[in-house]
Amino acid sequence: MRRIVTFTALSVLILPAAAACDSSTGDGGKTVTVAYQKFGAFTQMDDQMKKVKSQYEAAHPGSTVKLVPIEAAENDYYTKLSLMNRSANTAPDVMYEDTFLVNTDIAAGFLAPIDDHLAKWPDWSQFTDASKTAAKALDGKTYGVPMGTDTRALWYNKDLFAQAGITVPWEPKTWDDILATARTLKAKLPGVIPLNVYSGKAAGEAATMQGLEMLLYGTQDTLYDDAAKKWIGSSPGMLDSLGFIKTIYGEGLAPTPQDALDPNFGSRLSTELLPGGKLAIALDGSWQSGTWLPTGSKPWPQWNTVLGLAAMPTQKGQAPGRTSMSGGWVLSVGSKSKDKQAAFDFVSLALNKDNTLAYDIAASQIAERADVAADPAYLAANPTLKFFTDLVTVTHFRPAYADYPQVSNAIQVAMEAVMTGQQSPQQAVTAFGNQLKQVVGPDKVK
Amino acid sequence: MLRRFTPLLPAVALLLVFFAGPMLWSVYTAFTDMALTGSVSVDFVGADNFTRMAQDPAFLHSLLLTLVFVVGSAVIGQNTLGLLIALLLRGRGRASRTVVTGLIIAAWAVPETVAGFCWYAFLYRTGTLNQLLQHFGVQQNWLYTTPMLAVILANVWRGTAFSMLVYSAALSDVPPELVEAAQVDGASAWQRLRHITLPMIRRSIVSNLMLITLQTLAAFGLIYVMTGGGPGNASQTTPLYMYQQSFKFYQLGYGTAMALVLLLIGGLFSLIYLRLIKLEDG
Repeated sequence: MRRIVTFTALSVLILPAAAACDSSTGDGGKTVTVAYQKFGAFTQMDDQMKKVKSQYEAAHPGSTVKLVPIEAAENDYYTKLSLMNRSANTAPDVMYEDTFLVNTDIAAGFLAPIDDHLAKWPDWSQFTDASKTAAKALDGKTYGVPMGTDTRALWYNKDLFAQAGITVPWEPKTWDDILATARTLKAKLPGVIPLNVYSGKAAGEAATMQGLEMLLYGTQDTLYDDAAKKWIGSSPGMLDSLGFIKTIYGEGLAPTPQDALDPNFGSRLSTELLPGGKLAIALDGSWQSGTWLPTGSKPWPQWNTVLGLAAMPTQKGQAPGRTSMSGGWVLSVGSKSKDKQAAFDFVSLALNKDNTLAYDIAASQIAERADVAADPAYLAANPTLKFFTDLVTVTHFRPAYADYPQVSNAIQVAMEAVMTGQQSPQQAVTAFGNQLKQVVGPDKVK
Repeated sequence: MLRRFTPLLPAVALLLVFFAGPMLWSVYTAFTDMALTGSVSVDFVGADNFTRMAQDPAFLHSLLLTLVFVVGSAVIGQNTLGLLIALLLRGRGRASRTVVTGLIIAAWAVPETVAGFCWYAFLYRTGTLNQLLQHFGVQQNWLYTTPMLAVILANVWRGTAFSMLVYSAALSDVPPELVEAAQVDGASAWQRLRHITLPMIRRSIVSNLMLITLQTLAAFGLIYVMTGGGPGNASQTTPLYMYQQSFKFYQLGYGTAMALVLLLIGGLFSLIYLRLIKLEDG
């Protein structure tokens, strides 16, 4: 008994000390810690980082790269990364950051500006102007190097269109064109869902970004007034966008709300509905085809011949005629990193031309380096890349502020109230405006 | 004196570090605007989090759902069913006891996430229940139409074993002579239960109620797996809302303030139960 007690007492004293030793790296050699996401079918980043690790260690003898793959779904990845960043003992030197969280994490003091390093990096001139702003904060400094981006558009099933007697290629010019096609599909093809636009809380950020924002940014309105630095609560564009949601769910042009609000609907769509010919049009992301490649979770060799692509039109066809939304990820240097030069060396190696090319192809990313975008290997890798890359000229980014996750949730709530018929679009817009004031503060809403 | 307490020191130290420490920290956090990300400083905001809660309809709604969940699945469901099964099993053959107890405990032994997924697979749109019901023309996603009922049933299914075990043990302590004597005096089965058995096991009833109430109050995994709190916030109990606020919206301060309220509610329930047993004794 006494021995157990002594042992316990000792371990109480020793454990914290041991933990402290473990996390320090004071053994002479430099260690660069790299944190990134690895989850489910998304293993491309892991493969890439393993490759860069060996390149880096070969180029910098004596240094080691410690990879920290965080196995978590998107939202949990943000949470775990934030928790790591809160303590200097666990904060990574290099991290994989979603652009929409960059500003939030800068405000929290997690990221270090890298302008001095970028100025000395010849490759920086290869990055497109839009991508250079992706990780540029309100203070004008840059906090990350972009890896690649994505865009969104309408995927459609050419076989189903032929059966319904609709000519392909399909090129809708307005929202009404989309609705008219969906109505034809519904009349001609019973048992087939004409159109999917993600909606409701269960779909999460997909509903906000692939759904409502794809509509809203095709109207004259947006979600945030950059000049006034205020969120936009109720606007005619918001009302019309919710009206579109009401129309498609109300008329049965979209999946039933019961199906659409199932948390697993997204994976059903890409593995079951689209490959099975049960869905005719899907407003979805450029990465979708990754699922159907031989390496994906649902190989579908015919996807490229069966599916066509159309850009999302603006509401009434107003200039520029097409619209899209983009996200994307960057590699950032942690503010608590002891050797920021070593961290940046890793970033610049990971995102040099060859590595970016390999990653963008493997992960179906849209290149943000001019030399990669022009590379024949890149263009030949996936036949949809050119289409989605062209959309970069009309694309929009989400307002990347700390309040965004809550604003996004308020949007999903409004969408859900409209799709289930609980509220009219007008009521939902009013409720959204009130919710917005509560979330971000009345003075920050226009 | 010192020698008597020395052996306790490691245990006390462990409790302080791993039990009291986080608790005190969360009490402190509840009065700050601590955020997971988005700001460097942590400011003391007094009772702001609590006044915000009182005006937050989503929180009040979640509190109501939590009460429904606790009363429905624990106080009524698990407790009554556990007692009923324990009563029915009393004096049965060994074989039937083993089979029934085994099945019920199996449901309890299954990890929460697995249990949640089993119920999801059973109830969703093309799930087992609808396969069985399609001959009657009923076809719906039960997790969408009756989310609260679904999670309550699942929790009763999963948690009844605990109450059953508690009551089986308690019933074995009731002296058979008493029950037999009452029977000889002509008391009916109901009267024997009401006036002999229940009063004899009332302490077990109260401790069982207290334990399952506190367990159910904090239930998260089962609901999260089955409905994720949806559709809308139709099954978003306070633990789920707390998770959303702390880890999806990064509002750690607000989330921990809710945890504190939940702790108080748990304490309130315990007080009520303790008071009940005092009334009985008096």
